[in-house]
Amino acid sequence: MSKWFRQVGWRHLVAVLAVLFSLGPIVFVLSAALNPLGTLSSSTLIPTGASLDNFTRLLSDTDFPSWFLNSVLIAGLAAAASVFLSALAAFAFSRLRFAGRRVGLLSLLLIQMFPQFLAVVALFLIFSRMTDLWPAIGFNTSAGMILLYLGGALGVNTWLMKGFFDTVPKELDESATVDGASHAAIFFRILLPLVAPILAVSGLLAFIGTINEFLLANIFLTDGGSKTLAVGLYGLVQGSERNTNFGIFCAGTLLTAIPTVGVFMYLQRYIVEGLSAGAVKG
Amino acid sequence: MTTQLGGPATRALPAPEKFRERSESAAGRIVKIVLLGLLVATAIWAAFPLAEGRHWIGLGVLAATTAGLLYLYLTRRHIPAKYLVPGTIFLIVFQIFPVLYTASTAFTNFGDGHRGSKADAVTAIQTASVTRVPGSTEYALSIATAGDPATGALVFLITDPTSRAVSIGDAGGLRPAPGGVTVNSAGRVTAAPGYTVLNAGQASARSREITDFAVPTAAGAIRSAGLSRAYEGKAVRAYDAATDSIRDTVTGQVWRADDELGAFVAADGERLAQGWRVGVGFANFTRVLTDDTISRDFLRTLIWDFVFAIGSTGGTFLLGMFCAIALQSTRMRFRGFYRIVMVLPYAMPSFAMLLVWRDMFNTDFGLINNVLGTGVDWLGTGLTAQLAVLLVQLWLGYPYMFLVTTGALQAIPAELTDATRVDGAGPFQSFRQVKLPLLLVALTPLLISSFAFNFNNFNAIYLTTEGGPFPADNPSNGATDLLITYTYRLAFGGSGAQYGYAAAISIFIFLIVAVVSAVSFRRTRAQEEVYS
Repeated sequence: MSKWFRQVGWRHLVAVLAVLFSLGPIVFVLSAALNPLGTLSSSTLIPTGASLDNFTRLLSDTDFPSWFLNSVLIAGLAAAASVFLSALAAFAFSRLRFAGRRVGLLSLLLIQMFPQFLAVVALFLIFSRMTDLWPAIGFNTSAGMILLYLGGALGVNTWLMKGFFDTVPKELDESATVDGASHAAIFFRILLPLVAPILAVSGLLAFIGTINEFLLANIFLTDGGSKTLAVGLYGLVQGSERNTNFGIFCAGTLLTAIPTVGVFMYLQRYIVEGLSAGAVKG
Repeated sequence: MTTQLGGPATRALPAPEKFRERSESAAGRIVKIVLLGLLVATAIWAAFPLAEGRHWIGLGVLAATTAGLLYLYLTRRHIPAKYLVPGTIFLIVFQIFPVLYTASTAFTNFGDGHRGSKADAVTAIQTASVTRVPGSTEYALSIATAGDPATGALVFLITDPTSRAVSIGDAGGLRPAPGGVTVNSAGRVTAAPGYTVLNAGQASARSREITDFAVPTAAGAIRSAGLSRAYEGKAVRAYDAATDSIRDTVTGQVWRADDELGAFVAADGERLAQGWRVGVGFANFTRVLTDDTISRDFLRTLIWDFVFAIGSTGGTFLLGMFCAIALQSTRMRFRGFYRIVMVLPYAMPSFAMLLVWRDMFNTDFGLINNVLGTGVDWLGTGLTAQLAVLLVQLWLGYPYMFLVTTGALQAIPAELTDATRVDGAGPFQSFRQVKLPLLLVALTPLLISSFAFNFNNFNAIYLTTEGGPFPADNPSNGATDLLITYTYRLAFGGSGAQYGYAAAISIFIFLIVAVVSAVSFRRTRAQEEVYS
């Protein structure tokens, strides 16, 4: 074994194997999406032909455009709002000292461990009532889904953020206080810009989480045009449609990946930093 | 920035919190006014339907909440609350309240056949037993809905054959129709203000609901005979309040109300399907532990759930860490490229990729069998299905661990590695004894939350195997079922919902995850002060 292999070569070997493992299913999806026959049984790893039929069928025969819009809207707004709400809470937990702080942190952690969607019967009853009173935030509305997802806004993200906030030296806000800054000024002007990496990461995690949320959306969004990508695409490959619609489904999967991959590439430089620094202090 | 206005006395006092509220900037004040204005506007918007529906308690809660929020943001005190309250409100309404509600159903028999009150059950039993009496009047019937033809609540528009009077019937009973109803020559209503009269196609789409629909009347109930005729029938089973029992007038059979079971029970033990909701104490919990079949299912599922959660978390962590270490050397080229491609699975929509993996494991035309040239029925036998699910988890999860470990590795000073080399340690020994412990300290909180997430990873199972494969004799508990999918099937599965029992299991799940996490966090905290 050469010295080069022991020091560098094996790293390339590991990386290439990992890349192959990562890419395999994605290439399969790509090739199935381009497959002119569009069925599961005719899909292979290497494309046998190329056509955009699946994409045109997806856009013309299904409600895909509105699913896409709904998903991006719901996930985008819910992620943004939840990042803001948890940043507020994380600021309080990291910088302020008050009675019940420790209890608050612990209860957040505990509540998050209750499988939320098992409360789906209760949520369903709440939403039936809400639909009667305020149809604008009831079933089949994006606004209602956003409110529902904000129920979990505090929680894991608050912990991750608090850990990151703790790494910003407290001397910074102390000196600002001396200069006469209010707590709001310290939060918005000093702390938020410094914690951009963790905001980006939490936002990304919340966005990915919401785009992939299937169960609640499946129960609350039953109307064709109000569905999200997860519900709509799942409907495409249910039961007997599974084989025939596989090509369109893969086309939809690729299009769904665009916003996340986009956000991901955009936030890349923050992600590693944010995840690890937040993790260090829990 | 302006300084705080106030007498010397207030200034001399120590601040109650770390920060004192100062006068805000002009921009800050405008934003505050706009936001509070929006809050009041929303509250007024929400108040109207509440007042209209006479929901006084709801209105009171709304008014109190709004007043509380205005007070909170208009005074200078309670600074921590200003930051905690917005998220907490959502947490209470959409998380804590539903969870408490669910927890309380764990002590009831809530589920199919036990949904409403005793009075509801009596009405349901009586109307369900309505049969046609020879010679009863036949009414002309139009089927209408309030609102959308496909989903709106059903309404019967009934025309009396002799008087031609039109009545509106719904689950609440029969009442005379208001004016403005159009009746055709056959006596059927063709239009009624406020209702959508269904055409034949729309009606037949909901024919099953229409057949089950009954309008209670004094003598029994009005039911449909086809889509254009209705008859008034007599209830064969009647409730007798004096003896608190249901009596069948044809067979003479009697079912007595059992308020502990929430059902009407005959002397021979036969129960009527329609029951009502009663508290059952700890019966749902003890059932899990004492009923032999159930506790065997529960235990088996619990063990697999642990294997799955530990396997998913551990597997992704090991692979992710290995890749992170491999890519750590600065002497390596193409690192950026490798990193981006390796992380791609994390950015793909996981719900869709789970469905794709499900099809990749297909026996006949799945990719795995095609590439390997095998004919394994991956999702058909317990062990292979479990392996398949873990492989999917590995694929979906290792990029996250890779990213996290990469970050944590960067945080470990290079001097440490250099120092171990000086002391004569090889690369492996240096990793195992210096880097790995440091990594674990940094990543344990994430590993714990990853464990908790995977322990309840509903999508991972539901979208790939739906819990299957199932043993031939037990369709309710499959080889890859996690507690969460098992519970989901109990609550929403085909064979009768058991919400109360499902809620009891979710409390067990909660306790298990909470205990595991609490123990691990306690051990982590010994290494590092989290609450500082």
